Amino acid sequence: MTADKEFPGTPLSDEDVSQGKVLITETDPNARYAWDAGIAIGRFLAELKKGRIVGRRCHRCRRTMVPPRMFCEQCFRPTDEWVYLADSGRVNTYSISYIRWDASRVEEPTIPAVIEIDGASKGMGIMHLLGGVKPEDVQMGMRVKAVWKPARQREGSILDIRYFRPY
Amino acid sequence: MGLRRVAIVGAGMTKFMRRALETGRELSWQAASMALESCELTLDDVDGVVIGTGPDCFDGVHMKGEYLSDGCGAWQKPVMRGYVGGGTGVFSPIQGWYHVASGLFDVVLVVAEEKMSSCHPHPQGAFLTIFDNMLERPLEPNLIWIFALEMQRYMAAYGVSKRDIALVSVKNKRNALDHPCAQVAEDITVDDVLNSEVMVWPVNRLDVSPVSDGAAAVVLAAEHVAKRVTDKPVWIDGVGWHLDTAYWTNRDLYYPKYVEYAARMAYRMAGITEPRKQINVVEPYDPFSYKELHHLEGLLLCDKGEAPQLTADGVTQRNGDLPVCPSGGLMGVGNPIAASGLMKVSEIFWQLRGEAGKRQVPGKPTTGLAQAWGDLMQVGTVVVLRI
Repeated sequence: MTADKEFPGTPLSDEDVSQGKVLITETDPNARYAWDAGIAIGRFLAELKKGRIVGRRCHRCRRTMVPPRMFCEQCFRPTDEWVYLADSGRVNTYSISYIRWDASRVEEPTIPAVIEIDGASKGMGIMHLLGGVKPEDVQMGMRVKAVWKPARQREGSILDIRYFRPY
Repeated sequence: MGLRRVAIVGAGMTKFMRRALETGRELSWQAASMALESCELTLDDVDGVVIGTGPDCFDGVHMKGEYLSDGCGAWQKPVMRGYVGGGTGVFSPIQGWYHVASGLFDVVLVVAEEKMSSCHPHPQGAFLTIFDNMLERPLEPNLIWIFALEMQRYMAAYGVSKRDIALVSVKNKRNALDHPCAQVAEDITVDDVLNSEVMVWPVNRLDVSPVSDGAAAVVLAAEHVAKRVTDKPVWIDGVGWHLDTAYWTNRDLYYPKYVEYAARMAYRMAGITEPRKQINVVEPYDPFSYKELHHLEGLLLCDKGEAPQLTADGVTQRNGDLPVCPSGGLMGVGNPIAASGLMKVSEIFWQLRGEAGKRQVPGKPTTGLAQAWGDLMQVGTVVVLRI
C-alpha cells in the first residue's frame, strides 16, 4: 500500500517564504513568568547565596538528595533533615557545546556537565558548567570544585556558582 | 484481564517536511482521512478520537488538542488529547487501545501531529522551557546538551566509539531513501557523519534528526469490526509505558530502565518470553543516532552494551536477522515529535501486512514492536503488534 500510494503534504522552500509566495501571520506573545522558588529550592538558593550547597535526607531510604526536596519521591513521605554538602564533586558526564540555547553558534565552546556532589548519595548530581579547563583535558570522573561569585555579587541563584573547575 | 482484542485496521500519514504549507489542522485531516480511506471506513464509523501532539509552544497555539480537533475527526465525538513528550506518538495508540479493549468503543481514530516550523527563529528556543525553571534554565541549556551528556555516559560505560554510533545514521538515512514521506533520506558514509559540524560534542549534525512538520494516523477496531473490515488485521497484543523521575541528574543515564520496564509490561501482556527470538522487526525511537542502540538494549533485544556490535555486524539492516528502523526512522524520515512515533507504529503495521513496498523486510515477519521515548528523558512507551 505504501509503495504505490501518493502521500499528502506540501513542502515549502526558504524562497517560498522569503519571496512572499505563501502568506504567513506572525505574533510575539512575550509571555513573562515569575516563579516562587518554593520550600526546598528556596532554601537551596538561599544557601547558595551564602556559598554553601545543601541537600535533604530521607531517613527511610537513607538517601541524601540534591537538588533538595521536601518529599521523597521514592518513599512518598516527607524528607527529614537538611544536610550541608561539600562544594566539590566528580564529573559523572560532560559534553562540549558549540551552540547556544537557541541553536546559534558560539566561538568558545561551553562545557555542560552532570556533577555528583560530595556528601550526597552516590549518583546524586546537578547540571552545571565546567570552567578553568580546556575541553580536551576534561575526563569522566574528574574531581571538580565550585568557583563562586564574590559574596556581594551573589543573589540566590544557581549562577552564584560560576562554574566547577578541576582541583 | 477481561480485555477485548484490538487491531489496527488502517494507517495514513503525510510527508514529513522542514516546513509545510499546510496548517497543523490540515496536516491532521490529511493523515486522518487517509487512514480512514485505507480501511474503507468513514467518520460515522468512529466512536472516539485520540489526539497526540507535543508541546503547545511549537505550534504557538494554546490548547493545541482543541485547535487540531476538527482535523482529527473529533467533531461531535468523545475525544482526548494525550501528551508524554516524545513518547506521545506511541502512547496515543495505547490510549486508543484501552478505549477499545475496555469495551467502551468499537472504533477509535488516533491522530498525531506536530508543526515545529512555526516556532521562530528555531524550535530549540522552545525546548529551553522543558528544563527545570529554577536550577537549569538559568544556565541556558540547549536540548542537545542532555542528549550529548547521555551519549557520552553511554559511550564511556561500554567503550563505544562515535564511529560505531555513526553507523546508525548511515543505515537509517539509507533506509529512508525508500520511504515516500522522508525528509532527510541520504546515502552517506560514516566519515560524512564524523566530519559533519559538531553541535554539542559528542553529537554531530548528522547524529541528530531534523525538526519537522507532519502528521500520522491509525484506525483501531474491536475484533468483530476488525474482521469485518479487513482480512489482515494487525493485533495490538502488548502495550507498556513507564516513567522514571524527572530528576534526570540523579539517574545513571547509561541505561534507560524505564524503557525496560515499559517493554516488560508489553511483553508480559503479549506472552513474549524471549524477545530476541520472538520479535521479527522493530522500530525503536531514534531521534539521535545513539538512541537506537540505547533503546535496543532497554527493549532487551540485546545485552547491555551489545547493540553497537549488532549494528556493525549488519544484524539490524533491513535484510539482517533483526531489522531495526526499516522505515528510515526519525534520522531519515524526520521527526515531527508526536507524529514520528505514530509513523513507527504505522511502519510495523505495513511491514506485518507485507505492504511496505521497497522497505519490506524479508521473511514474512509476524511480530513487531514500536517504541518511543520522551519527556525529560524519562518516559518509555512500547507496543507489540502481531498479524
